[in-house]
Amino acid sequence: MTLVYKDLLSEFRSRETISSMLVFSMLVVAIFNFAFDPGSAYAQQAAPGILWVAFTFSGIIGLNRSFVHEVDKGCLHGLLLAPFEHGAIFFGKMLGNLIFISIVELLTLPLFAVFFNLQTLQGLPQLLVVILLTTLGFSAVGTLFSAISVNTKTREMMLPILFLPVVIPILLAAVNATAMIFDGKGWNDISDWLRLLAAFDLIFISLAYLTFGFVVEE
Amino acid sequence: MIDVRNLTKSFGNLYALRGLNLTVSRGTCLTIFGPNGAGKSTFIRILATLSKPTQGEIRIEGKDIFADAEQYRNRLGVIAHATYLYDELTARENLVFYSKLYGIPDRDATVNRLLDEVGLGKRGNDRVRTFSRGMQQRLSIARAMLHNPDILLLDEPYTGLDQHASEMLTGWIMKLRNDKRTIILITHDLAQGLEVADEVAIFLRGRVAHSAAAGDFSNKEFQQLYFETVAGGRTN
Repeated sequence: MTLVYKDLLSEFRSRETISSMLVFSMLVVAIFNFAFDPGSAYAQQAAPGILWVAFTFSGIIGLNRSFVHEVDKGCLHGLLLAPFEHGAIFFGKMLGNLIFISIVELLTLPLFAVFFNLQTLQGLPQLLVVILLTTLGFSAVGTLFSAISVNTKTREMMLPILFLPVVIPILLAAVNATAMIFDGKGWNDISDWLRLLAAFDLIFISLAYLTFGFVVEE
Repeated sequence: MIDVRNLTKSFGNLYALRGLNLTVSRGTCLTIFGPNGAGKSTFIRILATLSKPTQGEIRIEGKDIFADAEQYRNRLGVIAHATYLYDELTARENLVFYSKLYGIPDRDATVNRLLDEVGLGKRGNDRVRTFSRGMQQRLSIARAMLHNPDILLLDEPYTGLDQHASEMLTGWIMKLRNDKRTIILITHDLAQGLEVADEVAIFLRGRVAHSAAAGDFSNKEFQQLYFETVAGGRTN
């Protein structure tokens, strides 16, 4: 929690990560809104995909920044020198990423609902659970790959190349579950997708935790 | 006592350390000199448990440092040319953050005392990004001393410091040495390194090329020895 608080305080002072993510996310929603006739069948069909494009790529912007502050002045070494297991650093950074991405998603959602004329309030609890489970998986995989890519020369390119193929299963589950929710389906209909998301989260949080120490070791 | 035996580190075919052997007695200050690429920083990174050796071991009071790395890190303070400080946090917030990581019980009192000791008591609530390089390095000393470590690793701490800040840092290292802490210092500045050292070692191509007591040399003699060793690849 110390690390999470530090990340939140730094971001509150600089406001550089969340503002970039939010602007990008809202731009994606706005541009797609202009591309489709609002309320048309095409727009309704494309809406879940557009929502997750906005969430995924704005999330990548945040994940890319996640370890930049840690390596700038060698702070990652400062963390690694502390007398606890290195896996704890992974959990701290993952939780920070989860909070940043969730804030952007929650701010983007109302704009998306207005632009795409969606009655999201009806399925809002289901949608929030899908978003939470998907973002948790994103944060776990993204935190690990962000730690890998931050020491490469082409880190901005490296992270999406590593990250996107791995998160395809949860992206598919999220888009399909979101489409069902927008069609007015209930908990039972989306339960398979929710199970897939939960299983992915469990597996990848465990894997990322176990491998994080090897990733940050020189 | 720090006992380094047959320490080897390779990155593929490139060897940074080649069977390095070294002993540092408790409470002494060892200054390590050597040209770029001699393996000094790699050695310090392994000693700090940031990197694992390909071969060999480091034992402190008979215990392998990697066997219980978390406990060992509690005894270790590191000051490097990178300060490990967060620009957007104030000096006090940085020290509080690190003191939480180390589980220091009397946090506020410790932080206030250290801020005063490094002469930053009045700047404690200012963000680190407003500090000069010298002030940041002083804060870095406070960060490293939070948990009162008995082993200190100083990896080129003089880099980027002006004359005044360098003299202050030398004063600090002398103070830490007088506290009988075990200090390993890496520097390119022969005079400064010799001034604070009890023992000196010259690294060359991943090995100890020369080691001796610092008192055996005047500045001039040591400079001559250093340049002869580095130029000729001589080992004792």
